[in-house]
Amino acid sequence: MLKNRLIPVLLLRNGIMVQSRGFKRYQPLGNPVAMVRRLNVWTPDELIYLDISPDAVYDIGRDDHRDGNRSSLLDIIRDISDACFMPLTFGGRIRTIDDMRQYLAAGADKVTINTQAIANPEFISEGAKVFGAQCIVVSIDVKINDKGDYEVYTERGRVPTGLDPVKWAKEAEERGAGEIFLNSIDRDGTGKGYDLNLIRKVTDGVSIPMIVCGGVGEWAHFAEGLEIGGASAVAAANIFNYTEQSVYNAKKYLYEQGFSVRKPALIDDNLRDRSSAKNPLLALR
Amino acid sequence: MNNKRVVILDYGCGNVRSVFNAFRAFDSDVKITKEFNDIRDASHIVLPGVGAFAECKTGLCNLNLVELLQKEVIEKGKPFLGICVGMQALATLGKEFGEHQGLDWITGVVDKIDISKSKLRLPHVGWNELLIIKSNPLFEGIEPGTTFYFVHSFQFRPKDDSVVSSFCDYGVQVTASVQRDNIFGVQFHPEKSQSAGIRLLRNFAGIN
Repeated sequence: MLKNRLIPVLLLRNGIMVQSRGFKRYQPLGNPVAMVRRLNVWTPDELIYLDISPDAVYDIGRDDHRDGNRSSLLDIIRDISDACFMPLTFGGRIRTIDDMRQYLAAGADKVTINTQAIANPEFISEGAKVFGAQCIVVSIDVKINDKGDYEVYTERGRVPTGLDPVKWAKEAEERGAGEIFLNSIDRDGTGKGYDLNLIRKVTDGVSIPMIVCGGVGEWAHFAEGLEIGGASAVAAANIFNYTEQSVYNAKKYLYEQGFSVRKPALIDDNLRDRSSAKNPLLALR
Repeated sequence: MNNKRVVILDYGCGNVRSVFNAFRAFDSDVKITKEFNDIRDASHIVLPGVGAFAECKTGLCNLNLVELLQKEVIEKGKPFLGICVGMQALATLGKEFGEHQGLDWITGVVDKIDISKSKLRLPHVGWNELLIIKSNPLFEGIEPGTTFYFVHSFQFRPKDDSVVSSFCDYGVQVTASVQRDNIFGVQFHPEKSQSAGIRLLRNFAGIN
């Protein structure tokens, strides 16, 4: 039987991992690769890495020479993928098929697209045709507008589109998206739990797998996303950053509550070493 | 790993870097290549796969690899592992975006997973339990019910059931792995399946 997935989301802003609140305030958390190495040990089901940089400047700010500094996004993706023996979805600033190709070649397994898909919906079909539908995740950021309706926003939550999230998700599916990654801007960073009403609507509207995000403040919120929201995968960012073995404990909670998730486990020692700073692959480049 | 060398075929349709990383995780001598000489010198051959059936076959044909692979795998009997679309390519016929000829090393067709009764979502993406029905050197040390990462909408249905070594449940029985002599195929992605996946690749590299 297929398991529900638990997915940490990592946000990269100009080379530094950050925490986000309301898609507006960003607090630095540190090195993007170190975080992946740590998460890898706690065996999440997948990782979603989003580049939310306002411009293409990447400086991971290393002041020692153990790993070396990284000044390009592709270098950072390569480092992340070398440290990560699980599916990696990468998104942010993807505008062309060639962008997709580069990210996938650098080690991403799937890509998420958002702003460009709305600017040119044909972009979804093109990506699916070249790389397969399973590779194309359409990310949808939703906010409740002044009229009190759900509305899709782009440009990292800055630009309203007039689109209804359910209709847009359906169109994305028809155009060849393999999954929907649904995020609530209102709930982002609040810890108040998912917007279950929104999630249910979109989940009922499409027949491709749904990954949901935004607002998780305690493990029980994941359970709600699965049970009430009907999501295939539950994702979160901030909650995973501040507690030891967070992914393991979240999974343990769901497992003990009887949800269909993988049995919680830590990665074996051999792979733990491989994902550490001693990784010989880093020296190869 | 005495004189063993694994080659990962770089034919434009695979996540070769991830597969390479996974073999490197247990110090396997491994190379990503599309060169004839490397393939001739290799002891083990891996065909990774991401994407559509036709693209995969076209990728192999464009590099004129089919004849060479026939020789190395079918005639010389080198252990071969196809992953995801790389496994589906073993079939006679693929029905994704029209009908396309496969390598026809294992008779059968690749068609869409039937969700008409289950109403489950496609693609089948995520971790699913392996139901091992036939012992297979790849599964040594891997307990029944271990989860592996799948991401696909089409499945391989061999004509002869006896080549199926495991399946998973997704409303219907989905072929998870096949074997015919030295030819192995897995629908899931061992390179993305954490410890269990690495173990499986290690088992493959250990086959003589």
